[in-house]
Amino acid sequence: MKYAGLLVMPAGFFLSIAAIVLFPAPVPRTAFVLCGLAVEALGLAVAVRGHIEARGENLL
Amino acid sequence: MTPIAPSTQGMSEATFALTLVLLLLAPLAIAGVALINTGLGRSRSAAQSLLGNLAVIAVTIIVFALIGATLAGTPGAAAHIAHLAGKPWNWLGKGPFFLSGLDSATPQTQLALLFEFLAIALAACIPWGSGADRLRLTAGCAIAAVLAATVFPLLAHWVWNGGWLSQLGLNFSLGAGFLDPGGAATIHVLGGLSALALVWITGSRKGKFPKEGFSTAMPGHNSVYALFGCLVALVGWLAWNAGGAILWLHAPLSALPVTAINTLLSASGALAATFTVTRLRFGKPDASLCANGFLAGLVASSASAAIVSPLPALFTGVVAGIVTPLLVELLELAVSIDDPSGAISVHAASGLWGLIAAGIFAPQPGQLLAQLVGIATLLGLVLPLIYLLFWVLNRFVPFRVDTDGERIGMDLHELGGGAYPEFVIHRDESYR
Repeated sequence: MKYAGLLVMPAGFFLSIAAIVLFPAPVPRTAFVLCGLAVEALGLAVAVRGHIEARGENLL
Repeated sequence: MTPIAPSTQGMSEATFALTLVLLLLAPLAIAGVALINTGLGRSRSAAQSLLGNLAVIAVTIIVFALIGATLAGTPGAAAHIAHLAGKPWNWLGKGPFFLSGLDSATPQTQLALLFEFLAIALAACIPWGSGADRLRLTAGCAIAAVLAATVFPLLAHWVWNGGWLSQLGLNFSLGAGFLDPGGAATIHVLGGLSALALVWITGSRKGKFPKEGFSTAMPGHNSVYALFGCLVALVGWLAWNAGGAILWLHAPLSALPVTAINTLLSASGALAATFTVTRLRFGKPDASLCANGFLAGLVASSASAAIVSPLPALFTGVVAGIVTPLLVELLELAVSIDDPSGAISVHAASGLWGLIAAGIFAPQPGQLLAQLVGIATLLGLVLPLIYLLFWVLNRFVPFRVDTDGERIGMDLHELGGGAYPEFVIHRDESYR
């Protein structure tokens, strides 16, 4: 689960980069950069959840 | 303060001399962080902790000179540039090998390189503190080498040496590009995210999270070290932020007092906030959390002190000081992350907040979006990259000491003698 979260995070980065390349207007550009950050936050949350589950299974 | 466009003229002798003096004071920040790392660890690992900081500094300096400086490049020098979507993406430096020709380089180039040497030395000390009491010296040095050879040069080039993040303003009309004059991203967020990856891979100290019940409290062995480390770090930070403002923002000398005052305000606001929060939460102020809060204010100032005015600087510090103790508690109790030095909260979280604050309070439009793109790069690209590198490295150089070594302490196990040989060693309640 931790690896899944870490694999999701680069998708958020590329979404942010795509936003500044594809959208010259400030509103959609900002919205998509924020979406990229949200995807990264989601990935981080999944990775953290994986860490907590590993603790529950006494793997830490 | 609005960042001034890079000057085409050379640096005056007075500016060169002042910047050099500031950079010669900057290692006090590293000394402060080393003291804090040692104070927040346990007494049976104190000598290994402080020796580890020295070893990490030595390794990063050598590896950065041999490999990293070439990849980081220098401001205005040749670089690897990819052309995508009609825009240049300056992604990797093309500096000379092994610092050749450094003596004939311009004064700015020499100072920039000195700044980067100090920056990677500080960045590598941050995860070392998080691995206290179970991270082997060899592994700490290997981690430092990997950071100095790969991730730090990339970030330093992107942020300071004309890389694509610094050119977001030029290429995409995003303010003045990603701004990080004091190294909040390149030093502190990098160090904090490295600490997170390290803690994930290494795991917690034995007995920290028992199978049942709450986590075991393992307080730092010497709050005086931690608090004195804050005082030492303050001097280094004042020099670091002022030096960074000259080098990366081309700030005039007349702007430096405001940068120093903002640094003081941020740290003071953070300490006052942490003091209040811990007093409300526990009935009495917590010394080690106050040290963490003060340091968090300094970290937040790294991004914003040279850019914002005094009131926002104070606000930035207060927010960092409120968030830090709460996040330290959250990470330990809710997320089961064993971070003895609090590096993830202090360096990663406060560094990210400082970068956001710099975007919010900077005078030029579009700056916040530039800062957010930088943050997206740190979280979305740098963190997974660090984790991957550490994961591979852990296969070759195991990070964690064996159970016996952890039981007797890192000092006896790795150095053959304790830091306090005349003190009575108490039974450790965590090994029940």
